[in-house]
Amino acid sequence: MESMTILNNVEDKHIEELESVTIRFAGDSGDGMQLTGTQFTKTSAIVGNDISTLPDFPAEIRAPAGSLPGVSGFQLNFSNHDIRTPGDEPNVLVAMNPAALKVNLADLEPGGILLVNTDAFSDNNLKKAGYGSNPLEDGSLTGYRLFKLPITTLNRAALRDEVELPPKEIDRCKNFWALGLMYWLYDRPLEPTMNWVNEKFKKKPDVVKANVTALKAGFAYAEAAEIFTTHYRVRKAAIAPGKYRNITGNEATALGFVAASVLAGRPLFYASYPITPASDILHELSMRKNFGVKTFQAEDEIAAVCAAIGASFTGNLGLTGTSGPGLALKSEALGLAVMTELPVVVVNVQRGGPSTGLPTKTEQADLLQAMFGRNGECPVAIVAPATPGDCFHMAIEAFRIATRYMLPVIYLSDGYLGNGAEPWRVPAMDELPRFEANLYKDPDNFQAYARDPQTLARPWAVPGTPGLEHRIGGLEKQDITGNVSYDPENHMHMVETRAAKVARIADDIPELEPFGEREGRLLVVGWGSTHGSITSAVEEMQGRGRSVSSVHLRHLNPFPRNLGELLGRFDRVLVPELNMGQLWLLMRAKYLVPAISFPKVKGKPFKISELTAKMEEVYED
Amino acid sequence: MSTNTDANQGGNGGQPPVKLTRKDFVSDQEVRWCPGCGDYAILAQVQKVMPELGIRRENVVFVSGIGCSSRFPYYMNTYGFHSIHGRAPAVATGIKASNPELSVWVITGDGDALSIGGNHLIHAIRRNLDINIILFNNRIYGLTKGQYSPTSEMGKRTKSTPFGVIDYPLNPLSVALAAEATFVARSVDTHTQHLQMIVQRAMEHKGVSFVEVYQNCNIFNDGAFDMFTARDVKEDRMIELEHGRPLIFGKERNRGIRMRSDMHLEVVELGNGVSESDLIAHNEKAPDSYLAYMLARMEYPEYPVPVGVFRDVQKSTYEDLLTEQVERAIQNMGPGDLEGIINSGDTWVIE
Repeated sequence: MESMTILNNVEDKHIEELESVTIRFAGDSGDGMQLTGTQFTKTSAIVGNDISTLPDFPAEIRAPAGSLPGVSGFQLNFSNHDIRTPGDEPNVLVAMNPAALKVNLADLEPGGILLVNTDAFSDNNLKKAGYGSNPLEDGSLTGYRLFKLPITTLNRAALRDEVELPPKEIDRCKNFWALGLMYWLYDRPLEPTMNWVNEKFKKKPDVVKANVTALKAGFAYAEAAEIFTTHYRVRKAAIAPGKYRNITGNEATALGFVAASVLAGRPLFYASYPITPASDILHELSMRKNFGVKTFQAEDEIAAVCAAIGASFTGNLGLTGTSGPGLALKSEALGLAVMTELPVVVVNVQRGGPSTGLPTKTEQADLLQAMFGRNGECPVAIVAPATPGDCFHMAIEAFRIATRYMLPVIYLSDGYLGNGAEPWRVPAMDELPRFEANLYKDPDNFQAYARDPQTLARPWAVPGTPGLEHRIGGLEKQDITGNVSYDPENHMHMVETRAAKVARIADDIPELEPFGEREGRLLVVGWGSTHGSITSAVEEMQGRGRSVSSVHLRHLNPFPRNLGELLGRFDRVLVPELNMGQLWLLMRAKYLVPAISFPKVKGKPFKISELTAKMEEVYED
Repeated sequence: MSTNTDANQGGNGGQPPVKLTRKDFVSDQEVRWCPGCGDYAILAQVQKVMPELGIRRENVVFVSGIGCSSRFPYYMNTYGFHSIHGRAPAVATGIKASNPELSVWVITGDGDALSIGGNHLIHAIRRNLDINIILFNNRIYGLTKGQYSPTSEMGKRTKSTPFGVIDYPLNPLSVALAAEATFVARSVDTHTQHLQMIVQRAMEHKGVSFVEVYQNCNIFNDGAFDMFTARDVKEDRMIELEHGRPLIFGKERNRGIRMRSDMHLEVVELGNGVSESDLIAHNEKAPDSYLAYMLARMEYPEYPVPVGVFRDVQKSTYEDLLTEQVERAIQNMGPGDLEGIINSGDTWVIE
C-alpha cells in the first residue's frame, strides 16, 4: 500500500492518504459478496476514484454452505490515478468464513489488513474448510493486521429492535454491516448505497430498513470502537471529463449491438442458448424489445447460430452469443455462413477450457478455434475488445465489418471482460460511427454472387424483394451466379475469394499505434482482456527507463496492416496471453519473427508484477 | 396479430394475390434426382399448388437440410436456403421469426428430420411457428447410398445393417403429435390428387404444419410402401381420413375402425349388427390429440394405413407472440432511445 501518513485530529483518529487500494470481499456464495463488492465499486466511482474490478464466483449456484468450492469473491482496485487492473494482490481481505479465509489468504499482501467474521469460525465451519486448528488462535496469521469481529452478532444486535424480520433475513444483512464498516475505513459516503437499497426494495420497506440499519451500524461501529486507529482516504483520480457510468463488458457488449442496429438501421435478432459467462448478454438484449430487438432462446447452440443465419438471410443483423464449448457446436453452421456469405456475428465470451473446463474463470484459449475451428478453408473475421467499455465499440465494429464485407465475424470477449466492470465514459451520439448496411433491391441483371469491386461483398438480397429470387446453401457456389458448382477452377477461385474478402478488411481498420516509442528494445503484443495488465506493466517498465512499448490487437483476423513492420522495429517481441501461445503462433507463422510467448492458464488475469518480471527477463536476455 | 381466418396464410405481406402458373415456380436448375424418384412427384404437386393461393414468389422461402429431398429448394423459383444436415427447422425459425410476412417451407427427410435434426424438429413444432414442414419419408439414407434410417423397419438389411436393423423405428407422426403440432397430415408421393390437397391444407393452416409423405426411393429401398400404396391394393390397405366422417375403407366400403372398450382400435366388417354409427368419426379439430395419436399408430398389416389430416387445430404462433411483445414494448416504453439507454443507470460527471 503506497501511503503517507497525515495526523488528523478529527475524532482522534489518523486519516491516512493512500494512492490506491485493492480490497477483496470473500465469503460463502450465499453471503452476498458480489453485491457488497458492486456497491463498494459504485460508491468509489461516484466519489471520483478510478476503479477496476474482478468478480470471482463459483460455478456451483449454491455449493454446500461453508465449503471451499462455495467461496465467492469480489476484488476491486480504487485509485487516485489511472488504473487498468483490479490489482495484483489485495491490501485488504474481508473473510466472512473460514473457507473464504483459506481460499484467499495466499493472495493477501504481507502485512495486509485481514478482517474476519469470528462468528463463522465454528468447529464445524473450520472442519469444512479443512482447518485442523483455528487460524484465528493458532498464531498462523501473525503476518497480517488481523481484525477479529463477531459480525453476525453485531449485526443481529443492531437490527434486533429495529425491524420485524425472521432471524434468517436479519443475518442476510451482515454483508451490509461489513460494507458499512469498510465505508468508514475508506472514508466513503453511505448515500449511494442507501439510494440503491431504497430503489431496489421499494416494495419491501422492512428490507430497506434492515439493510440501511445494518450499513449505518457497521459504519458507526468502526467509528466508535477502539479497534481501528486509522482510517484511509483515496482522493479523486484525474479522469478525462465527461459523463461516466460503471459498465461490465457483457452490458457494454449488449448495448453495443443495440447501437449497431440503430446505426445500421437494421433490426437486431439475437439467438442464444444459455451458457456461462455469456448469458447476461441474452438477459440484457431481451429487455430491449422496444428497439425492435428480437431475442430467441434456442433449443441448443446449433439452433441459435442457424436461427441467426436465417435472420441475416432476411436482412436482420443476425447475432448469436456463447462461450467456448458453444462455439465448438456452432462450427459447422459458421461454415455455412462463410459459404452463403451472410453477415452473422458470433460472440464468444471465452472461459477456461477444454471441454466444460472452468466455466466461471477467464481464459483466452479460443483464438485458434475462432481462426481455424471449421472444416475446409473457412476464414472469418475476428475482433476482440480490450476493456469492458471497449466491448461497446467493438460490437458496433463487428457488424460494420460483417455487413460491409458480407461475412461472419467472431467477437472474442472473455469472462474477465464480461463480468469485470470499469467506469465508462458514455460516448456522445455524434462520436458513434455511422455505417451503411443497405439491402440490395435492383432486379435488373441480378446475380446472387456478384462482387463489389472493392470489398468483394456479394449483394445482401433478401426474401420479399421482387425479382431477386435465388437459392443459397452450403454447396460450393459458382462465382457471380451463385449456382451450385463442382468445377475445380471455380472452387479454387472461391476459396481464394473468401480469403481475399477477409484480407481486404485490413485496408479498412486503423493501423496500430504503439504505447510508447515506435522502435526500441522490447515490444509487448497483446490482445483482448490483457490490455489493462500489459499497459500498466509497460508503463511501469517505461518508468524504470526501459525501452519497452506495447501494441494491443483489437482486430485479429486480419491483423492491422502495420503489425509486421512494427515487429521488425524492436529487438525483442513478447506475447503474453491467457493461453499457451495462440497469438504467438499466428504471428510467428505470418511474420517469421522470433517472438517469445508468455503463457498463463490459471483462470485468472495477469498480475502486473508477473508481466514486469517477465519483461525484465526478456529485456536482459 | 393477424387473424386466423385469412385463407391466404402469410406470404403476401398485405399485397393482393397474383395470378401465377406452375411454370412461374419452376427454377432454371436441372433437376438431379434419380430417374423414377418419388421426389419428382412431390415437387410437381408443390409447384402446382403454389399458384392456387396467389402467393407471390418473392415472399416464399424453401429451406432444407441435407439429403436427397433437401435439393428441393434449388428447383423452386422462389427464395431458397439449402442449409446443413438437420438444421433446416432452426434456419427456418430464424427466417420466420425475423420476417413473419414470408411463407416458409421446410423440406426434409427421415434421416435429416428425425435423426441428426430431431431436436430442432420437435422445438420448431412446439413453438408453433407458421411454417410448413414436409418430411419425405423413404425409410432409408439415399444420398449416402443405402444405410438404414430412423424410420427403417426392424430386421431390415441395409449396407450398414447386413444382419438386420436392431433399433426400433420412430413414427414421424407420433413425434409431431407428441411435440404438440397443430397440423399433422400424411400422404403418398404417387397419390397426386391427395398430395396436392394435403399440401394446400398445410399451406392454409396458420401455425406449424407437419406433413409426412411416403416417398419411394427406387434405388435403395424400392417399393417400400407398395404393399399398401399400390393401385390395386390401396383401397383395402389404406384409409383416407376425412373430418366428421366415419372411418370406413375397402373397395366395397364395407370395413371400418371401431374403438373397443379397452381403448384398442379394431377393424370391423360393416353389417351383422355393426353399423357406421359404431365406427369412430374422425375429428381433426379435437382439442386433445389422443385420437390423432391412435390413428397415427395404425400400421399395415394389422390396420389399414391412414392418410389425410390427423389434426388441425389453432393456437397463437411464435412469431405473432414475438411481434406482440415487440409492439407492446414500444407502446409501454416508447420507441428505443439509444442515447437514453447508454446514459442510463448510475451515472456521474467528471468536470
